[in-house]
Amino acid sequence: MSDSGSQRRREDVDREEREEDAPQEAASSTARDEELLDDVDELLDEIDDVLETNAEEFVRGYVQKGGE
Amino acid sequence: MTTPKFVGVETEYGIAVDGPTEVNAVLASSLVVGAYRRSGRRDVRWDHTDEHPMRDARSPEPDDAYEPSIDDELGLANTVLTNGARFYVDHAHPEYSTPECTNARDLVVWDKAGEWVLRNAAARAADTLPQGSRVLVHKNNTDGKGAAYGTHENYLVDRQVPFGHLTRLLLPFFVSRTLYVGAGRIGSELDESVGFQLSQRADFFEVEVGLETTLKRPLMNTRDEPHADPQRYRRLHVINGDANLCEVATYLKVGTMLLILDMIEDGELTDVPELADPVSAFHAFSHDVTCRGRVRLADGGEASAVELQRHYLDACQRYVKQREIVDPTTLDVLQRWQQVLDLVDDDPRQLAGIVDWATKLELLEGYRRRHDLPWTHDRMKMVDLQYHDVRLESGLYHRLVERGRVERLVGDDEVAAAVHTPPVDTRAWFRGECIRRFGEDVVAAGWDSLVLDVGGESLQRVPMMEPGRGTRELTGALLEEVTTAAELVARLAGDEG
Repeated sequence: MSDSGSQRRREDVDREEREEDAPQEAASSTARDEELLDDVDELLDEIDDVLETNAEEFVRGYVQKGGE
Repeated sequence: MTTPKFVGVETEYGIAVDGPTEVNAVLASSLVVGAYRRSGRRDVRWDHTDEHPMRDARSPEPDDAYEPSIDDELGLANTVLTNGARFYVDHAHPEYSTPECTNARDLVVWDKAGEWVLRNAAARAADTLPQGSRVLVHKNNTDGKGAAYGTHENYLVDRQVPFGHLTRLLLPFFVSRTLYVGAGRIGSELDESVGFQLSQRADFFEVEVGLETTLKRPLMNTRDEPHADPQRYRRLHVINGDANLCEVATYLKVGTMLLILDMIEDGELTDVPELADPVSAFHAFSHDVTCRGRVRLADGGEASAVELQRHYLDACQRYVKQREIVDPTTLDVLQRWQQVLDLVDDDPRQLAGIVDWATKLELLEGYRRRHDLPWTHDRMKMVDLQYHDVRLESGLYHRLVERGRVERLVGDDEVAAAVHTPPVDTRAWFRGECIRRFGEDVVAAGWDSLVLDVGGESLQRVPMMEPGRGTRELTGALLEEVTTAAELVARLAGDEG
């Protein structure tokens, strides 16, 4: 897809920004909070990994018939 | 308590085929259901003899007009599983109907077993399609484009309880239980300003009471088809709930209803707040992620969803105390129900990891912040949709479970067993065991019958009108003693004679 490249770049930028922010956050957080944040970050990384690569196309094509 | 309780839940799954060939939803659903049948075995047909889906709880005289069995006419796939469930194609969806259960915990186990069945069946169906094809199944209720499909709860209720009485007592409960029943969705059918709402289905409801399920959907559905002795039971067909992945959500959805129905039958729930406009209250509560909004009551007052729920919770707590009920599942349901309402009062976001809508919302908000996306972005909608994907490796709900971020109630070992074995304490046990033992001879099965081919001139129909019979306790020894379906029929005839 034509715009996936630009999205990937944006994700990379997001990641870099997060890494820059991380030391500041850690300074003001307890170890427990830090763990939770790391966990959320890992989770969001994982979503990026498992989310349909053709999300736009998939979502647009996802048309169900009514049921019941 | 006057009438034993039975519950079953039917879920129509969303389905999509991705691959080199286009496959329409009806065919895809048939492939999924067909792929699950045991090789070399014929399908167990559905016995429609006692089905009357157009019978209306409001009409005093049942209408016995001819009702065609649509799925049979179209030859759509149908099968009945050894766990007592029905697995078939309904409209353009694969549908799994749990076996009859007596309590909320069992219902969670056999509802989860349905997800396993769908996961397995979809993988097998993909193998029958050209290479590179994927069959994706979602336990959800809307495509976000105007189509809704159902998750229907079924409860047997004492026939003595008038239907109008049930309607009056349950409407305020139904519209406010979205707090834990909602599976959450991006967007709205009714209001463009809604970014995210609690319920998948609320927007599709238009009237308070009615027989329809596919158009002009009613909060209170009147389909009165008990699949049991109609003199003793009526069926309460609840169509306003969502399909849940969170076990606590399914558990509370069913557990609260079972308890409230006991109270209604015992005449212990008579006074509930009356809403000025139940349908708009259902929409308003669903659209309000703060859970703080209040709706108008008929007497001019106002109530929040939590306040309405607390009215029922308080009544149930008094009832359980008065009756000295010690059933552990009932007490656990009450405790968790209270905990959920307390969390909503404190901060509804704390429901993440407990109920679906809040779990999904937390995920979406994290994703939205990370990528700076608007609610309407297709990748946000993809997260919404993929939350419901039944595959363990890519369903987002399952990824959360894997990380220990979702509360579980039942073990995978129990669910694995429930894929193949029925609950022991309802007639589902007899149905499932007969199919397991004499599968070749079971021509058709229904909720209230089995049709056996025992080699004679005509087929033998075994009626199963009482859901509390056909249990392991009552029929286990008999089934151990016989070796063929013919012997079973002879023994049943002998026992009755």
